[in-house]
Amino acid sequence: MSSHAGTLQPVVAAHDHVKGPSNARVTLVEYGDYQCPHCFRAFPVVQELQQRLGNELRFVFRNFPLTEAHPEAMHAAEAAESVGVHSGADAFWKMHDAIFSHQQDSERALDDAHLARYATAAGADATKVSADLAGDVHQARVHADFMSGVRSGVNGTPTFFINGVRFDGDWTDVESFEAALRE
Amino acid sequence: MPHTTTALAAGTVAPEFELRATPDQRVALSEFHGRPIVLVFYPADWSPVCGDQLALYNELHAEFARFGAQLLGISVDGVWCHRAFVESRHLHFPLLADFEPKGAVARAYGVYRESEGTTERALFVIDRAGVIRWSFVSPVGVNPGADGILLALESLTRDET
Repeated sequence: MSSHAGTLQPVVAAHDHVKGPSNARVTLVEYGDYQCPHCFRAFPVVQELQQRLGNELRFVFRNFPLTEAHPEAMHAAEAAESVGVHSGADAFWKMHDAIFSHQQDSERALDDAHLARYATAAGADATKVSADLAGDVHQARVHADFMSGVRSGVNGTPTFFINGVRFDGDWTDVESFEAALRE
Repeated sequence: MPHTTTALAAGTVAPEFELRATPDQRVALSEFHGRPIVLVFYPADWSPVCGDQLALYNELHAEFARFGAQLLGISVDGVWCHRAFVESRHLHFPLLADFEPKGAVARAYGVYRESEGTTERALFVIDRAGVIRWSFVSPVGVNPGADGILLALESLTRDET
């Protein structure tokens, strides 16, 4: 086995989507897929952890779409990237939250029309987002996230890293997850 | 956990085999001579961890192609089961049936689990000359990911150039 398996690479950097102070004591990185039902379940868990740890926590989201299993995951990821590029970090997080909040609404919840709607609600220009989707503008960025996950030992979604080390504990249990973050 | 199997180690010549991939197609290891091979033994079609593991390798199809590598999945499931699984998961690589005599290839590679009647969750990277360059056995319930495979492919590509 590789000696660095289960270690985040590259480390969190400027291009990452970051929520929380840069000098936070703990950095939690999630590799996630917007169409993955497990990530849907993880979404409120992460929100709860952000609530509990406040400024002690910096949360980072990286894309890990399994596109053969989840045919809409790639466009969802690209749409979120597009919103971030055109409208900034706050809009990115609104988009990220909207996609996960609506994932299970219906079978069409992540089609391009719905993604455009969430983009508008996040404060972005939906026509720009649609044009970016049509031109595959953000696919390379999403793929780069994906490959960084593969190199870091991500084997499915969601996979979490606490201060750069893969968290193999039970992420569905908020209490033990919080304890791991406070270690 | 008690383990009696010992996977063939790096440096060993990969044992030749010929197995069915579909009801009317047989695949031999020697057909891929001259290309790196990633051999993925997994316990069963349809079980959750296998699905995730193979789904990950399926996504990495283009990445393996960069190395000219051929990915082959092997389990003791039969060809009809494999066919349904491949169609359901849109897999881009063949699944081979180590079905009759059951587990013979897994035994040859040292990754058959007598107690369960399935294979280990084991990975082998074989070089262009047919020599095993890396092998890894994961706990059956743990998805080994792909980082080890990519490092092994990179290392053998480096050595050959």
